[in-house]
Amino acid sequence: MTDATARPIKVLIAKPGLDGHDRGAKVLARGLRDEGFEVIYTGLRQSPEMVVSAALQEDVDVVGLSILSGAHMTLLPKITAGLHERGMDDVLVTAGGIIPDDDIPQLEQAGVSRVFGPGTTIREVADYIRANVKSRGE
Amino acid sequence: MTDNSLAEKARSGDRRALARLLTQIENRTPAGEAALKTLYPLAGRAHLVGVTGAPGSGKSTLVAALTGAAREAGRPVAVIAIDPSSPITGGAILGDRVRMQIHATDDDVFIRSMASRGHSGGLAASTVAAAAVMDAAGFGLIFIETVGTGQSEVEVAAIADTTVVVQSPEMGDEVQAIKAGLLEVADIVVVNKSDRPGADRAAAQLRAMLTVGASTDKAALAEGRPRPKRPEVMLCSALNGAGVAELLAALDRRVPDADSRPADGAALKRAEAQISGILALRVAHQLRAPGRAERLEETLRAVASHEIDPYSAADQLLQLLAEGRT
Repeated sequence: MTDATARPIKVLIAKPGLDGHDRGAKVLARGLRDEGFEVIYTGLRQSPEMVVSAALQEDVDVVGLSILSGAHMTLLPKITAGLHERGMDDVLVTAGGIIPDDDIPQLEQAGVSRVFGPGTTIREVADYIRANVKSRGE
Repeated sequence: MTDNSLAEKARSGDRRALARLLTQIENRTPAGEAALKTLYPLAGRAHLVGVTGAPGSGKSTLVAALTGAAREAGRPVAVIAIDPSSPITGGAILGDRVRMQIHATDDDVFIRSMASRGHSGGLAASTVAAAAVMDAAGFGLIFIETVGTGQSEVEVAAIADTTVVVQSPEMGDEVQAIKAGLLEVADIVVVNKSDRPGADRAAAQLRAMLTVGASTDKAALAEGRPRPKRPEVMLCSALNGAGVAELLAALDRRVPDADSRPADGAALKRAEAQISGILALRVAHQLRAPGRAERLEETLRAVASHEIDPYSAADQLLQLLAEGRT
């Protein structure tokens, strides 16, 4: 008899913007599943509004954004602003994909808590999420 | 934020509050249970439509299409989409939203994914409670999409007002259509992907096989013997939209009459399914309480090593709980 009250961490994995390469996002989703997370996968070509709305309805703890198109400086701040606007400051936002180091400080300024570059292991991502997921005041 | 203010806000259209409340319900927190106390009396008006069928039969796409049709008429729609949890790690991939993203920015469509979290039968344990909260929040049409099911995950029929079983044209031959189980609990069988070859034939076979014996239903029922449902068989293409409006109209013809709800078979079955599920959880929880957990552990070991049989073990544990009450 397992205790059903243990609460898995809920993560939204989304691909904002127009690039069509979602292998990385799917591999991460699958890897986080194996780490015991509940992963909501919303697929390709998400507008910032779609990502914010999915995060809101699903009441996720974490939003993980995969982006390879180079539009991260436009799209990611729109998502963090949208989350803020809808009262979701307690959601941890991470990003991954192809994001130049020089852009990272500005993204962090905009509310992205961590940017994972190529070569990051799933374990690193999972450990980071577990250590940094915010208390939801339950 | 207290649970009652969450409940109040959810009811007045605050989607963030609704989402947070659903988390409480899903995690079965005391706050969630308290909120349900407030909201349950306000629910009972929505039409709960269960959508079930094999993985890949097009359930999510069909729900998205039906949602689109209902939205054209301005009706708010809620969706609970269940996907399986890993029995090993407890993790899950909840991927039904992928097919529904066309509705993502519509505030009057509320989609919530739920992991089954060890519950078998194609649903999550808190599905009905979550639907009640959505109902109280003003959603009159609620789709409950099960995990991809096989032949016998029929629990959804016990909790939905109307059960739709989705089949694809390649579902198999007539022998599949005469087997007991999933097809028996359908109110409507949808042959989806009607844009593909073989759909008409599959629908004709289903119609022929599912109506076998219908002429004797009346006599059997009069003698008090149960008979299977006689589902409508409809063709539909969630992809190109053919048959979607007709399917929504067929669903609407089945909206339960609010006045007859208490006596309604579906409502009674749902009540029973909910209570028995909660009772099982409460019993399991109480058995893990300090002072009892050791006895539970001993009993599990005794059954595992075949020292006692599981029936006697269950009786002993019930006895243990009864003693604790006096």
